[in-house]
Amino acid sequence: MFDFEVLYEARSVSNAIELLCQHPKAKIIAGGSDLLIKIREGKETGLELVSIFTLDELRGVSIKEDGTLCILPLTSFSNVIKSPVIQENFGVLAQALSQAGGPQIRNIATIGGNICNGVTSADSASTLLAWDARLELTGPSGVRLLHIEDFYLGAGKVDLKPAEILTAILIKKESYSGYFGHFIKYSMRRAMDIATIGCSVNVKLSEDKKAISDARIAFGVTGPVPRRAPTAEAAARGKAVSLETVEEFAAAAQADINPRTSWRATREFRTHIAKEMAKWALIESIKLAGGELQ
Amino acid sequence: MRTKTVRCTVNGVPVEKTVDVRASLADMLRDDYALTSVKIGCQVGECGACNVLIDGECYNSCIYLAVWAEGKSIVTVEGLKGKDGLLHPIQQAFVEEAAVQCGFCTPGLIMTALSLLNSGKKYTRQELRYEISGHLCRCTGYENILTALEKAINRRDNGE
Ligand code: FES
Ligand code: FES
Repeated sequence: MFDFEVLYEARSVSNAIELLCQHPKAKIIAGGSDLLIKIREGKETGLELVSIFTLDELRGVSIKEDGTLCILPLTSFSNVIKSPVIQENFGVLAQALSQAGGPQIRNIATIGGNICNGVTSADSASTLLAWDARLELTGPSGVRLLHIEDFYLGAGKVDLKPAEILTAILIKKESYSGYFGHFIKYSMRRAMDIATIGCSVNVKLSEDKKAISDARIAFGVTGPVPRRAPTAEAAARGKAVSLETVEEFAAAAQADINPRTSWRATREFRTHIAKEMAKWALIESIKLAGGELQ
Repeated sequence: MRTKTVRCTVNGVPVEKTVDVRASLADMLRDDYALTSVKIGCQVGECGACNVLIDGECYNSCIYLAVWAEGKSIVTVEGLKGKDGLLHPIQQAFVEEAAVQCGFCTPGLIMTALSLLNSGKKYTRQELRYEISGHLCRCTGYENILTALEKAINRRDNGE
């Protein structure tokens, strides 16, 4: 038995919004792999819950007419990983999510829940940030679009207005087409563990594969919210594909971050490893994009 | 809403019970259906002892609300018993390879094993490690479990 007060089961997105308006203190429960555990551990008690778990209209991955990649928020990690659309266009997201939890957790955990928890160590976070994902939020006054970077407000805090729910994760064609990426998770155990630090890098190479047209990088756990490393991106953009560029990129990435010391790792350790991760994730991304490094 | 009637299929039989909305699926399966192969270990989704199949996929039933089972098909180890009373091939392989010691982790692992068998895929030993990474076993050291999995998958492929 879970120690919560009451459960309202939404029958549709609009019904979920109605329920949230009627019960302003209620929390949304999706797959529950975070919230039910907090309830079990006594960190949350007496909650009113609005369950959106059974809303199949919020499941699936597709490409819209204008080429936008659309991931619906209740899609489980397993189904994102298995999706042919993801494997073809956004393989690094599958790579990142396959390192989260274990098989049973990946079956229940939803990608939307992973974002809305606002946790910096979320395995989806750095990759979605590094691919310029935008979020579609639906509430009582309609729909708005927000860049995922602006959605993360602070540790565990996201820009979800009262009675609003996440209804889609969108990636524009120009943000994914031609890009290749690699994700590295550093954690103490290979399964069922939270990242000590996570790093997601992707690149788009020039036609002759000799220059980096664009490079993007984001970290999780180098601050209270997942963040891009803008100086590193600028350091690689337009540069030749070379180990020198890779080193400059990694050094800039290290300067961009400001991690803290926690029981998982010290600030010094995180700073040190971040540079190595940026370097190796860029090298892998260049290789995936067909570039050659001497 | 404090109680709800949940209609679902449990081990092939259509059933319904009115449950407290605060119940987990593990609570419902154990308390309302006496399916005690579903073990309650950590209760926080870490150990896999409560793992069951829902519509053919593995879920930790301790962190799955009973009310979400509405309309779903659930299979537990009790559902594996053959008509002739024989063990399921995956259970037989666990016995032969001594993959069971105290047995607490076994039902959960058997259900993961079943989903691997049903996938029709082949797995390397390394891949099998990845596939059982949501289960904790305090006794066996996992080696015999992996050997039993390999044996059951080989038998499947040889049509035994
Ligand atoms: S009891 Fe459910 S995962 Fe441990
Ligand atoms: S056999 Fe005892 S926990 Fe696995």
